[in-house]
Parts: sequence; structure tokens; C-alpha cells
Amino acid sequence: MDKKIVGYADEISVAPGERIRFMVSCEPEISRYRAEFVRLLSGDTQPDGPGYRDEPLPGAAIGEHAGRRQAVHAGAFGIVPHHRVFEGLESLSLQVTVYPTLPEARRACVLSKTDPAAGAGFALWCDPREGMVLALGDGDGGMRELATGRPLIAKEWYLVQATCDAESGEVRISQRLLESYARDTSTGSARTRLEGEVALSCDAPLLVAAHSRERSRRGRPIPELVFNGRVERPVVASRRLDEAELETLRYGPLPAALRPALCVALDFSREIDSDDIVDISPNRVHGELVNLPIRAVRGSSWTGEEMNFRHAPEHYAAVHFLEDALYDCEWESDFELVVPEGTRSGFYAAKLTSGDQEDHIPFFVRPPRGRASAPLVLIAPTASYMAYANWRSSMENEHGELDYNHLAEIFPEDRYLNLRPELGNSMYDHHADGTGVCYSSRLRPILNFRPKHGSLWQLSADMHLVDWLESNDIAYDVLTDEDMHADGVECLRRYRCVMTCTHPEYYSTPMWNALYAYTQGGGRLMYLGGNGFYWRVAFRDDKPGAMEMRRAEDGSRSWIAEPGEYYMAFTGELGGMWWRCGGAPQYLVGNGFVAQGFDFSSYYRRNSDSFDPRAAFVFEGVGPEELIGNFGLIGGGAAGIELDAFNRHYGTPPHALNLASSEKHTDSYLHVNEDVGHMYLPIGGLDDPAVRADMVFFETPNGGAVFSTGSIGWCSALFHRRYDNNVSRITRNVLDRFLDAAPFDDGGG
Amino acid sequence: MPSHYPVDASRTDLAREFKANPFGPHRPELQRVVTRLRWCEVPGRHVLVTRVPHREWVLGRLSGRRGVDVELLEDQVFTSRAEAEWAVFKLRWQAVTGKTLDID
Ligand SMILES: [Fe+2]
Repeated sequence: MDKKIVGYADEISVAPGERIRFMVSCEPEISRYRAEFVRLLSGDTQPDGPGYRDEPLPGAAIGEHAGRRQAVHAGAFGIVPHHRVFEGLESLSLQVTVYPTLPEARRACVLSKTDPAAGAGFALWCDPREGMVLALGDGDGGMRELATGRPLIAKEWYLVQATCDAESGEVRISQRLLESYARDTSTGSARTRLEGEVALSCDAPLLVAAHSRERSRRGRPIPELVFNGRVERPVVASRRLDEAELETLRYGPLPAALRPALCVALDFSREIDSDDIVDISPNRVHGELVNLPIRAVRGSSWTGEEMNFRHAPEHYAAVHFLEDALYDCEWESDFELVVPEGTRSGFYAAKLTSGDQEDHIPFFVRPPRGRASAPLVLIAPTASYMAYANWRSSMENEHGELDYNHLAEIFPEDRYLNLRPELGNSMYDHHADGTGVCYSSRLRPILNFRPKHGSLWQLSADMHLVDWLESNDIAYDVLTDEDMHADGVECLRRYRCVMTCTHPEYYSTPMWNALYAYTQGGGRLMYLGGNGFYWRVAFRDDKPGAMEMRRAEDGSRSWIAEPGEYYMAFTGELGGMWWRCGGAPQYLVGNGFVAQGFDFSSYYRRNSDSFDPRAAFVFEGVGPEELIGNFGLIGGGAAGIELDAFNRHYGTPPHALNLASSEKHTDSYLHVNEDVGHMYLPIGGLDDPAVRADMVFFETPNGGAVFSTGSIGWCSALFHRRYDNNVSRITRNVLDRFLDAAPFDDGGG
Repeated sequence: MPSHYPVDASRTDLAREFKANPFGPHRPELQRVVTRLRWCEVPGRHVLVTRVPHREWVLGRLSGRRGVDVELLEDQVFTSRAEAEWAVFKLRWQAVTGKTLDID
């Protein structure tokens, strides 16, 4: 069944009394839909699963709304507003350094300031057959073009110059390959003499990497024919400059003699941690970037001497523009909710229905600000939800079936997404030009952020834990990653125990610091997942709902960051694995990512450490020989999907107990590459002893403690025999002890 | 690019073994064959398209392109994932070896 309603919310976490807005788009056949607000209790609809359950959010009105289609305008580009320096232009010089990443696909716009209807303005195009093209308005609804006639080679830098001289009537364009290859034929130029008029001025904004003929509801140009690739130092001058003069404008300070001739000279090496485009000409016509093109990327003068853009911004003077990047759909709001006072903290959704159509837009209600309403808090891993947002893997992954060892299942959400490239990508995907996706956003419909999604992954898998808490009448609050990022340890200190979901993989530095300070301050942490605390991410205060990460240096990566591009533009921090940034997961929670596989899950067997009196509370009611979790709704076991192991060398505290380990994993479980210094054959579960999950416990200073299961599959086993099983029992044993105020013995006497 | 591994069309015993237990775990000898058959490029790759969640699937072939829908093979509808695995195994066996698998 095709999906016909989708939406998103402007907030991810709201407290009672706060407002959240919902934006919805429907296919034309949906004329009306019903919107209600529900507390999510359970999600997994597979035949053996607990099923989907929700309950109304008390005091929230049910609405009937008219369906409408709302458009998405993807494409990362730059806008510099119109300014009087562009008025009365008779002659013109343009210069820009470009690095096309998809020049063969179609014509793409590198620079434009055009009024297509009037035939006014100018543009530079990159054409698959004609190479760089200069287009000048003819004043009569058309554009005159001059092309070099030489296609550009993908992923090479070119200096592009174009001039139009009113006095002599000469028009010129050139492109020069900056690399020196033998037998190159992609450098070239063309010149002609003007016949007839040109109209170079118009009041449209100057666009970088896009052309536009229409404006959005908010009055912003809608980008089309977006250039995929890097652009550096675009310069527009109001008279003809010769080649040598132009070249002096390529980088560095602007020569004083040429400054009066300049309209704009955009220096992308400035304000890299923002959307700002800085004009260094005397006119200061600053602009902004839209839809998060990639910053802190290598420019044409990068040498390898510096790897950090903050140490040599001039080496990072380029911006990477992309046709399929998206930050905010900017849809009109269809309805909103002011969370009623007294609403219990938890997982919620706006549930939209029309006939057999349905969509859930999840959000989280936190307790009233500054308060806790339960001794336990569950952290909704919204950073990880965002990293996986609109994951296109099932229909795009080259080796997909080899990962799973069965046919890929395509859910309606996958098809919907595939038909709509404009909904953007997850951080596991590649952009249309092959570039790895390093930014994500939640301000767009996220098709896999849904409680009933058929693929049990992130939110849909976390619903197993929510179901367990709800069905066992355990009181809990919910905070999100973004709350932890913004509020720090203060928001955690109110709780006796903090519990994670199944896959809390992405952590910002403030999040990491909050959790560490919490456990060090006597807090109790239950890490009930796998592959946790693995990648470092960054948020930007002025860019709500956006997140950055770099798949740098090491780790299990669906793409690999380019050399010199390991530092995050948002914060300047080194990106990549937390292990490589000095905060290994083993140090934080006792175990860390070691293997993954996707066919069968396994079980744990108790280790001798589990009989240590310090851990007796964990195993109350569990026999010494009992296999733990040889059942479950994901792969049939509690130890599965992504596994974390004890590792003193990486940072597991010396006094930590390795309580139980999983065993007998299949060969589809492979030891992660960051552990494999050089290659050897048996890295699968049948041979490699590293392929296992370790259940770890350790005390922290000030009477705190950490318990970690190290498996994404753990929570899928909670429901077995209606929660009457040893995974549920161990989880409950630990929770009960962790909620008990009695301090753990930290050895301090 | 497909894997190097050659599939021996005379080893119908391995095909029967797959049919009996399509989800594995497989013996290494069979897994090599399965890996070869699963190793295919995205365009044209067979997939199971959910028709009724957990109950009914239609066989599809991926376009390999964003914006181009999966092609649905409407005459190949399955109510069991194991049956679907076997149907695709036979299709791929034929494509790789050039020989039809005469096993139902
Ligand atoms: Fe992961």
C-alpha cells in the first residue's frame, strides 16, 4: 500500500505548557485527515510481537484537517541579495574556482543573477558537453551564450574566468585545469564579439551553485539545476579585468587597485561555523547558505600541511554544494499542540489517519522543566534517530543482501522515500554526486522515525523497551539527546537511574560530558543497547534540528571522510569515533562496539565474574548454567545485531566485572575493522573470539554504578513469555537496585 | 561487480539444502554459493516488497535510481518469505549457471 500522508514537527522534546507545531503533506486523493495525539505504548506488529498500542493524550483535542500537498525544495546553494552595485552594469568580469563532482549528469548552474523572463542578468553554467558557459541577458527574454566547448573532468579544480567588455564588445570565457596532467584537453577558452545588446543588470539575488525562476512562499528563490561540487571565491566585477588581474583575486587579500572594480568577492573561508557568506569587497554584500552545503572542506589551495580548517582557513575556502541536501522543508503548519499541564512524560505521536492511510509523527514529552516526575529517566536517542533519518540503504546499498543473508524487504516507507529524492538522506547515505552525507536534519518528514516501522531499528526497536516499562508499570520520565545536549548533567542529576534505548550511537561532546558527569557523581546508568557512544556529533545553537558528523579516520563506515576533512564545521571539533577523540565507549560504559551481523542473534552465558558478590543482585533468580536471552524478537536472541565487548586496553575500568558473554555467533557477524590492524581471514563469529557481547557492571565514584548489556538485541527479548524470562528479570533486578538510594561501594570506605 | 566464485550447476544437492533451510545458517560450501547468488548490483536486484505487513509480499526489482520506483512482478506474490527466497534462488541459479534448476 502506498503511503499518502507524511509530516514532521518543529520540536522534538516539549514540556507541559509548551507548543509544538505539525507540518503535513498529503497526496491529492487525501482531502481530509484526522489528527489525534497519542502516548506510544508499544510498536512491534510482527505476529509474535507485543503489537502496536497507544492511548489518547488526555486533554488534547482531536482535529479534522484538510489535506494539501506541500512541496520540498531541496538543493544546497548560496544567496547574496541584490545590491545597488549590481545596477547599471555594462561590462562584467566573473571569476570562480570550481570542482565539479557530477559534471557529466546535466547542465548545472555555478553562478547566476538572472531574470529569465526579462532576459536580463548573467550566469555561469557547467555543461556536460559544452564545458563552462557564460550566459548574458539579451534584454528580450533570452540569454546569449558563449562556451569553452570542453567538458570538465569530475573531481578536478578549474579556474573559470569570463568577461564582457561594453566598449570593445568582446566577450570571453576560459577554464583552466589547475592540476598539471600530461595530455589534458579540458583547458580551453572562447571569445566572440557582441552582436546586439546585452542586459546585465536585474534585481534578482546573486545565487551561488543554483539557478532560479520561482520564489517560495517565504520569498526565497527556489533552486533549480543545482551545481554538485565545490565552489571557491566567486568574484563579480563591473568592468573587464584581464586574466592576470583576475588571477590576483583568486585567494588572499584583494589588491587595492582592483577593489573599486568589484561588486562582490565571496570568501568562504570566513565564518565557516555558520551559514554566512562573507563579501570581502568594499561593498560588503554578505549572503547566506541555504540547506547546509558542506563547509570545512578542502579548497583548491589545500596542501596537506594542515588537517584542521581552523588552523588554515584559507586552505578551506570552498563550499561543497549539493542538489539533494535539505535542512528545513519550511512547510506551513497544519495544526499544533500546547502540551496540557499534567501530561506524563513519555513517547508520543501525532497520529494522522484517513481511510486506510496512517502516519505517526513522534515527539517526546519531557517532565516540567527543572523537575523530575519519576526516579528513572529513559533517554530517547534523538541524535541517533537523526543520523539514521531517511536511511535509503535497503534500496541503494551495494552489498545490502550480503549483510543480511536474506532478500531485502522493501517497506512502503522505503518506496515513498525512493520516489522523493528531495526528502534528503541519512548520514549513512551518499549524495547524488557520491559525497558522504555529513549533515542531517529533523525538519523534514522522516519515514523511518515511526513506531510501527517494519524494520526494527532505532525508534521501532526502542518500542520494545517502552512496552516493557509500560507493561510492568514502571514509572519513568523521558528526556532526549537534545535535552541532554542543551541542559547538561543538571537534567540527569534529578534521577536515581538513567536508562538508554537500544542504539545510542551518536553523542555530542556536551551529551558525553553530561553522562560521564552523571555516573561520576553517583548516578546509575543502564546501557541496554549496542554500538553506543560511538560517533561524535555536533549541533549548532543557531541551527535547531541540524546535526553534523564526519566519518573520519577509523570505524565501521558507510562512507569515509575525505583527507583533511575530519573536523566538524559546526564546532571545529575533531569528528569521528569517540574512541579516537579520547572518550572510548568502554571508558564510559565498560564495553564498546566490536562486531555486527544481521541474521541470527545469540544468547549470553554467565562468566565467573557473575558470581562475585558485588554482582549478586543482577542474577537473583537466574541459575548458574542458565543461558540468558536465547529468545527474542530480533534474530531470535538477546545478543545480536551490534555487539559491544569488554576491553581494558580501550578503557574498561580496571575493577569492572565481565558478567556474561555471548557466544556462537554466525559468520555474518564480523569483527569491526577498527580492531583489525591488518587483514586476516577468520573475522567472523564462527572463528573470531572477539565476536561477542559482554555484559559489564562496575561501580563509579560517589556510590554510582553502570550496567551495560552491549547488544542491540537485548530489549527485543524483554517481551518473551509476557516478560517472564531471564532478560526481563535481569533488567528488573538491575533497575530495582539502581533505583535504591543505598550507595554502591566505591571503595572509598 | 559479481563475485569471482563459480557456481557448479551439477551441485543440485546444495540447492536442495538451501530449499530446506533458506535462512541458514548454511554449511560453508553452501554459503559460498548463496553469497555468489546474493552478490548482485543494485539495478535489477530482486527484493521483497511488502504488500500486507508480515503476511504478503510481491517480488520486485530495484531500479537502482532515486525517483524511479521498484518494478513489481505482480505474478510473483508470496505469503511466506522462505518461498520467496527459494523462487529467487532458482532465478539467480539460472542466471549465473545458465542452467535451469529442476527442483520444485
Ligand atoms: Fe549503528
